[in-house]
Amino acid sequence: MTLDAKIPSGSIDQKWTKYKNSVRLVNPANKRNIDVIVVGTGLAGASAAASLAEMGYKVKALCFQDSPRRAHSIAAQGGINAAKNYMNDGDSTYRLFYDTIKGGDYRSREANVHRLAEVSANIIDQCVAQGVPFARDYGGLLDNRSFGGTQVSRTFYAKGQTGQQLLLGAYSAMSRQVGKGNIQLLNRHEMLDLVIVDGKARGIIARNMVTGELERHSAHAVALCTGGYGNVFFLSTNAMGSNVTAGWRAHRRGALFANPCFTQIHPTCIPVSGDHQSKLTLMSESLRNDGRIWVPKFKEDAEAIRAKKLRPNDLPEERRDYYLERRYPAFGNLVPRDIASRAAKERCDEGFGVNSTGEAVYLDFSAAIVRYGKAEANVKGLHNVTDAEILKLGKKVVEAKYGNLFQMYEQIVDENPYETPMMIYPAVHYTMGGLWVDYELMTTIPGCYACGEANFSDHGANRLGASALMQGLADGYFVLPYTIGNYLADEIKTGSIPTNTPEFDEAENNVRKQLEGFFTNGGTKPVDYYHKKLGKIIWDKCGMARNEEGLKWAITEIKKIREDFYKNVRVPGSMKGMNPELEKAARVADFIELGELMCLDALNRNESCGGHFREEYQTPDGEALRDDENYMYVAAWQFTGNPSEPNLIKEDLIYENIKVSARSYK
Amino acid sequence: MNLTLKVWRQKSTSEQGKLVEYKVSEISEDMSFLEMMDVLNYKLIESGDDPVAFDHDCREGICGMCSMFINGEAHGPNRGVTTCQLHMRSFKDGDTIYIEPWRSAAFPVIKDLMVDRSAFDRVQQAGGFISVNTSGRTLDANAIPVPKEDADKSFDAATCIGCGACVATCPNGSAMLFVSAKVSQYALLPQGQVERKERVLNMVKKMDEEGFGNCSNIGACEVQCPKNISLDNIARMNREYLMASIKPEN
Repeated sequence: MTLDAKIPSGSIDQKWTKYKNSVRLVNPANKRNIDVIVVGTGLAGASAAASLAEMGYKVKALCFQDSPRRAHSIAAQGGINAAKNYMNDGDSTYRLFYDTIKGGDYRSREANVHRLAEVSANIIDQCVAQGVPFARDYGGLLDNRSFGGTQVSRTFYAKGQTGQQLLLGAYSAMSRQVGKGNIQLLNRHEMLDLVIVDGKARGIIARNMVTGELERHSAHAVALCTGGYGNVFFLSTNAMGSNVTAGWRAHRRGALFANPCFTQIHPTCIPVSGDHQSKLTLMSESLRNDGRIWVPKFKEDAEAIRAKKLRPNDLPEERRDYYLERRYPAFGNLVPRDIASRAAKERCDEGFGVNSTGEAVYLDFSAAIVRYGKAEANVKGLHNVTDAEILKLGKKVVEAKYGNLFQMYEQIVDENPYETPMMIYPAVHYTMGGLWVDYELMTTIPGCYACGEANFSDHGANRLGASALMQGLADGYFVLPYTIGNYLADEIKTGSIPTNTPEFDEAENNVRKQLEGFFTNGGTKPVDYYHKKLGKIIWDKCGMARNEEGLKWAITEIKKIREDFYKNVRVPGSMKGMNPELEKAARVADFIELGELMCLDALNRNESCGGHFREEYQTPDGEALRDDENYMYVAAWQFTGNPSEPNLIKEDLIYENIKVSARSYK
Repeated sequence: MNLTLKVWRQKSTSEQGKLVEYKVSEISEDMSFLEMMDVLNYKLIESGDDPVAFDHDCREGICGMCSMFINGEAHGPNRGVTTCQLHMRSFKDGDTIYIEPWRSAAFPVIKDLMVDRSAFDRVQQAGGFISVNTSGRTLDANAIPVPKEDADKSFDAATCIGCGACVATCPNGSAMLFVSAKVSQYALLPQGQVERKERVLNMVKKMDEEGFGNCSNIGACEVQCPKNISLDNIARMNREYLMASIKPEN
């Protein structure tokens, strides 16, 4: 099998225009006879469902939550990038393109990324037209802030709830189409298999999570907008229900899975507090606009802080190590996530961590509070203000910018971050890997598409902050609605697709057999027992740092977990009715297989790039050392029937517009 | 700490439910309320019992899925937080905690603590949007300046997470706080003006059809709203509704 990314010819800035001008169209009368299933209702899914329905296709939209508005895009905090250059700081489509390619450590596809940068500005226009209440300045115009890995301010935001506002915007567009009858909404439904007829995706098997029934849904195309697989680690910033099942079942049916080892560990999350923890909470990257990251310069101070004999506020400036500002003066606290995470781990591994587990660093707002306080005093024409008044004014500004994040922190940690610096540590947040797609976002199964975090295409080995929202909406609003027509133009004569065929029978039986197996195995251990065990192995061996020995060990251990899981897992209840443990069991079964593939992929990639840090491959000062000669490719894995023996198929990455060089933020 | 839980158990919508007592021990005060429920469920599964079904997803207070009535209060004793953000440090060793589902005619129980809130989706479908297709060919985002105060108020209304605590806590089962937050978000923005009247009329009509009760100015919804959505929104919606009803032709 060879991979054809179907990248249009022509210069990089003309490819998308040229594609749109020549792509085949489906006329409105024919669209009414074409069914499209959209799985997942996050930013990518909701925007795709709304757009396709507006165009006239008959859409079915599925989500496992009780409402499309709950999809985990809702939790994105900091912002969305767009090359608007409203700040007049030299931004452009090319710079967003360049920053994204460089940020991804030269492991993403040029043509896709350029298209993303091109449509980014439209996203903001679209969202404002929908009534998304972005932050504005006193002149009534949109405000921007900075995110990591860039030297411009191109991030639009709505306080710390940007994802919520964008998702509710897409949800409102979708609701309008549901109201019109153009979208059939199937909430509390989970896709459990993809049905393939004559080599084409023709439908899905879904479980109605309320009744427990397995349902058959046919369509002329299926779009998987099902998010990332960060929950393979058990502890992550993903929602509890986020899972890889839809994508993985498509993978088992022939869709290649690309770069599974490219996972993003986000530097600023609330540290783990104990074994009881069920998930981790992110503190937005936007906080690094104003927060300074540090640990004590001397180990004795770190020990005193850990023993609670010393308060961080009492440690004088000269005894603090602002290690990001020290190591990366050009970008300082706003280096990309992979670099900030590794640097935190390095300090903590060396013994400078500041909480009882030794795995935390400070994110300190005291300087920003004073700076804002002084500015505010000037704006208000106040003279002879006391330090206390300046602090009060400054805290108000910080509260307006990040209030909900500070409140979340205080709820969880029981400490006031306006008074003492936040403690943070890296945690799993996003997955750059995903289903392999071509330029049209089609997987290797004709008629099966993947959008948003579920695909692999735009972020290479490391995603820049505020780019996930951009990509999700770009794929759903502006890319898929064009590219899907090119395929569906051949389907106008197909007619509605029957579900009483052997292919649907086989897929439904396949799902039924797996689910029923969970009740008849006589097992004794809850699903979470296996999920936690798997997560710990992957975090330890395929997390922020990886090496050959560890990965080989992990692969052996995961195989053991897989065997033990099917024999000894206990799922109470039955197939009938609401059964959350059954849902979890089916998801964890897929995470176990994916976990092994992640380790195999990480073992195959004998280089360090972005979030994939192989300890054997680093520069003398501890930076990631790429091997462009041998690994400048997308590793796309084909399922062979045995999860331990996938086939590797390579897509070479060709850079014609950007000079590939060592990635430096110094 | 050790706790006694009285949890509402109900097998399905049509069956009778009842409070069942459970004991949990060694609960850390750093646990979230839902993590305490995880501990209970883990034990129930190990001993071959049916775990307690409850809705939850993001566990960081934004998705709006978690929905427990704890000791007679929506999302428990703290203010401005969802159930998933409630931590066990808010309770004491030896406490007895009553845990019930949202109770409202418009939110039928699916199982145990899970309820069906799809009525909210249907209200949204009746008019909670601005009719603009996703062409990308709209005005430049900065073409219409929006006064910061309006934008901020619109945002505050838009932070509603649709959890339904307002309905659950209202003696009348009214959804006025939820619906008014959506109406306000759009009424405050220039983009929302064209459909302003139709929107409020359609959403209120749907709200009534779905079986939500009327507002009688008690204000419990605002008190127990995890996102501090203001009662001002209800006043605004009443005004919008009145204006739309008096002069429907304009």
